[in-house]
Amino acid sequence: MSEFAIEFKDVTKSFAKQNGGRQMILDHVNFSIPVGKTTVIAGGSGQGKSVTLKLILGLMPVDSGQILVGGEDVTGLRGRSLEQLRTRFGVLFQGSALFDSLSVYENVALPLRERTSKSDGEIREQVMAILTQLELTGHEEKFPAQLSGGMRKRVGLARALQLKPEIMLFDEPTTGLDPVMTQDIYRLFARTQEQVGYTAMIVSHDIPKVFNLADQVIVLNNGKTDVFASPEALQWSREPHIREFVESTMGEIYQSYLVEQ
Amino acid sequence: MAFEQGEGSMQRNPVEKLGETGLYMLQDMGRMGLYLLLALKGVFRRPFRMAEFMRQMHFIGAGSMMVIFCTAASTGMVLGLQGYYSLHKFGAEGMLGSAVSLTLIMELGPVLTAIMVAGRAGSAMCAELGIMRISEQIDALECMAVDPFRYLISPKFLAALVSIPLLTALFDVVGIAGGYVAGVHLMGVNPGSYLEGMRTSVTNHDISLGVIKSFVFALLVVWICSGRGYFIYQIRGAGFGAQSVSRVTTQAVVFSSISVLIFDYLLTAVLL
Repeated sequence: MSEFAIEFKDVTKSFAKQNGGRQMILDHVNFSIPVGKTTVIAGGSGQGKSVTLKLILGLMPVDSGQILVGGEDVTGLRGRSLEQLRTRFGVLFQGSALFDSLSVYENVALPLRERTSKSDGEIREQVMAILTQLELTGHEEKFPAQLSGGMRKRVGLARALQLKPEIMLFDEPTTGLDPVMTQDIYRLFARTQEQVGYTAMIVSHDIPKVFNLADQVIVLNNGKTDVFASPEALQWSREPHIREFVESTMGEIYQSYLVEQ
Repeated sequence: MAFEQGEGSMQRNPVEKLGETGLYMLQDMGRMGLYLLLALKGVFRRPFRMAEFMRQMHFIGAGSMMVIFCTAASTGMVLGLQGYYSLHKFGAEGMLGSAVSLTLIMELGPVLTAIMVAGRAGSAMCAELGIMRISEQIDALECMAVDPFRYLISPKFLAALVSIPLLTALFDVVGIAGGYVAGVHLMGVNPGSYLEGMRTSVTNHDISLGVIKSFVFALLVVWICSGRGYFIYQIRGAGFGAQSVSRVTTQAVVFSSISVLIFDYLLTAVLL
């Protein structure tokens, strides 16, 4: 069993530009996500944070390099092997990605209906348990359009946790939420991680708040990565581009966060 | 901003642009070909989604009945009037039943049904899948290890392949009845000669041609309309967000209607 949940080895990803040429998103990137820990992927817009998640899930192919999950090379997996790999992940999308035509209950029950042979009674029991845990009872008959942003995130989290994932991927989980709701969502992440024991990878620009959860921080910048063992290590980095990132992204807020800590 | 590589800022000459367009079209055809295979394969993957199939049957089939009824009645009545006007010049009004029924069964029934369904249900199908794609709902299905073809696409294919031929049959019957009303009740054609003309001139071969056409057109409509929505990100010039959905939906209806007309000619030339 590998000590790393996910490893990127020399991974390159680029996209064709509309006017010709290629736009390099990840340029020979290397990093590892330790098992059971929380890693935050930070970086500005268009730096490839969400692309990194999609590469891990096999939603788009890498140009070159290897991606390992639990020590196994999963680069270029297809068909049933890829489906099998995806059952190990839970994903909370930026916009929650709930199915508009299904109720909260049906959304949360969907992975159980499609991926397990549980009876309707067992499914109901499990769905109601997670809805209670995430403070969603009483809302199970509502449709996604009737929910607030924070509730949609919680429903997305409930759905992602249904198959007890080894690894949870969070794509900008607090975008569009107010500060109170943001804290609430982070509290739920910490609680569910403690209960389920998953490895978490959080793509976020909600810095420094997300650092309360982080064991490791990876900064994506111009196709390259800088890996820091803790948020504090990032803050004390002497690299000029990291200094620039810290000051532009966090500035005084980060200083006050450090004082708080 | 991620850094850029290559000759992005260089102006390309017409030959390069032509090559790029050719490559894009090849890629698009390959993508759509693979999509068709996966959608048809998904029909046979278990567990079969009966509830979704029935929902799609209701949406494509039952939901289109009124549109088909109105189009067919109007087309049949116009055919009755126009046919009477032309045949009357040769003193052959008795052939009206034969002319109306053959035109509807072999030609107008399958073509107009497919075009009407493309406009009503095909556009909705394309927009639904496009929105599901841009709001990451299809990605979410894939991440849950749920095959989007089996779950979303294949029930639409099967429902279209069942309901469009049935709608075509409805179109034919209503159209022939419309022709009867216009020819017999309005223009005074003998009812016996209208019905007898239809009975003697329509052969099994003519009906088979209409049925084959309706199956082919059903496949074209559901394939193009759902495929454009599914691949909304890969379509050149589609743009982003809501604008991309509207552009791709328009494109899907236009492409599927033109394909129906082209295949109509090809099938008629080969099977007649």
